[in-house]
Amino acid sequence: MALQAIAFYLLAAVTVLAGFAVVSARNPVHSVLWLILSFFSAAGLFVLLGAEFLAMLLVVVYVGAVAVLFLFVVMMLDVDFAALRQGFARYLPLGLVVAGILVAEMVMVSTTVATRGAAAANDTPNASGAVDVTNAEAIGRVLYTDYVYFFQAAGLVLLVAMIGAIVLTLRHKPGVRRQVMMDQVLRTPKTGMRILDLKPGKGIGE
Amino acid sequence: MEPATQSFWATPVGWTIGTVAHILAITVVLLLCIAFIIYGDRKIFAGAQMRKGPNVVGPFGLLQSFADLGKFLIKELIIPAGADKAVFLLAPIISVTLALGAWAVMPVAPNWVVSDINVGILYLFAVSSLGVYGIIMGGWASNSKYPFLGSLRSAAQMVSYEVSIGFVIVTVILLAGSMNLTAITQQQAGGFWNWNMFGGGFPHNLPLILVMFPMGVIFFISSLAETNRPPFDLPEAESELVAGYAVEYGSTPYMLFYLAETANIVLMSGLMAVLFLGGWHAPWPEDYLATWPAVLVSLHGLFFYMAKTFFVFFMNAMVRAITPRYRYDQLMRLGWKIFLPTSLVAVALVAGWRVYA
Repeated sequence: MALQAIAFYLLAAVTVLAGFAVVSARNPVHSVLWLILSFFSAAGLFVLLGAEFLAMLLVVVYVGAVAVLFLFVVMMLDVDFAALRQGFARYLPLGLVVAGILVAEMVMVSTTVATRGAAAANDTPNASGAVDVTNAEAIGRVLYTDYVYFFQAAGLVLLVAMIGAIVLTLRHKPGVRRQVMMDQVLRTPKTGMRILDLKPGKGIGE
Repeated sequence: MEPATQSFWATPVGWTIGTVAHILAITVVLLLCIAFIIYGDRKIFAGAQMRKGPNVVGPFGLLQSFADLGKFLIKELIIPAGADKAVFLLAPIISVTLALGAWAVMPVAPNWVVSDINVGILYLFAVSSLGVYGIIMGGWASNSKYPFLGSLRSAAQMVSYEVSIGFVIVTVILLAGSMNLTAITQQQAGGFWNWNMFGGGFPHNLPLILVMFPMGVIFFISSLAETNRPPFDLPEAESELVAGYAVEYGSTPYMLFYLAETANIVLMSGLMAVLFLGGWHAPWPEDYLATWPAVLVSLHGLFFYMAKTFFVFFMNAMVRAITPRYRYDQLMRLGWKIFLPTSLVAVALVAGWRVYA
């Protein structure tokens, strides 16, 4: 178990340090890179907990897709550092209040988790279930049976968000000539060219 | 083996030594293979253009890659004045680490795998989706226009094609009923008619060939886009962007990028072999293996795995030689409007088949 302890402290330290670097880095692109490191170490912590499926999903979804888009946007924005720093003193009290509330909430959640809170009464399916059931199987069994309505509702929320984004950005520009692949593929010599018999000295006369 | 040695390999120290040795063995063999695969790639490309290709260093030019390695290593490392130094140097290192790290779960022969984890295929998917960071970071840190354009193209392209790769992988997971790469390979045993490319499981699943064969083709094409190979090499399109994200790189960092790219191509070829072409299994029933010693069985498996990987790589190299580059909007159209709906329908069909047939 020594290896696991070493791995835990290493990953936890990296997560915390990277999280600190996210807010303290001067360059926004560096901030995003630190954020990615912190996501990645959090995935490592999930692996240590035995939740390898969640760890992989965290890497695939957050690191592989979401953070790429973050990076994409942040790189293209020309962030003005002087303007960013101007409001620092003004927003500090508000920021401190938000941070304080967050810390209080997280302390409450962690103490509840430590004492198993409401879950202490009923045994979780993972604890009582068979050992040979893999992560993905265990999640699937719960997600698609007991929580299938919530699962579908989450899907609907995402669908609405997606349609909303499309509606916001969709615009029809008149007069744009679009490429129609099917027309190009179906073009034959018969439809694509004609043979004219031109007399010398006279043009086509169109 | 005596119990004494058994227990030594089970202790933390022994486990660490054994695993490190295993990793080293895989990495060294892989790097050697990559050296010759780069040579083979250039030879195939040259052959398609009726040139000779590398033919000076060593017999038939076989040692060309090693000469190139020496050249890259002893060249001066130049970092552009306006570059972000740390990120600039970190980018190729991340690229090559991810490209080699992905091999940890690849089953190259029966029981020859560093880490036989249950979510192996997700791990591979995750690591290959991380590969984009090396390119984005390199392009951004160069502080120059062409690399930046190349890295932005690469980011959009890799994210787009990962979606269809993900769905193709889901069809294979549904067929195998497992995300463990060893289990996926074992499910395809017993002859080429059981390979996932041909439906996976001969008489019963044969109708699935109509779905799985196109899925194999989509996976192959998406893997070309994922590894920035022609006809999808827009991130480094030499006629527009000179060399894309790698413009400012030279000597060892460039070599690391090149190594990572080739390692990723071999990885995708190997993944194609495992997911669709039966992995280490021979294309005929392997009942005769029951009487063979374990080492020979492993070598037999390794031979077929490598043969399939090289076959897929050969197709990869031929595609590079004979197809012109895609236009960027056509590349996006192919990914989002053709591959994504097709693979989505395929997931529904395979899932329906698994439940109702």
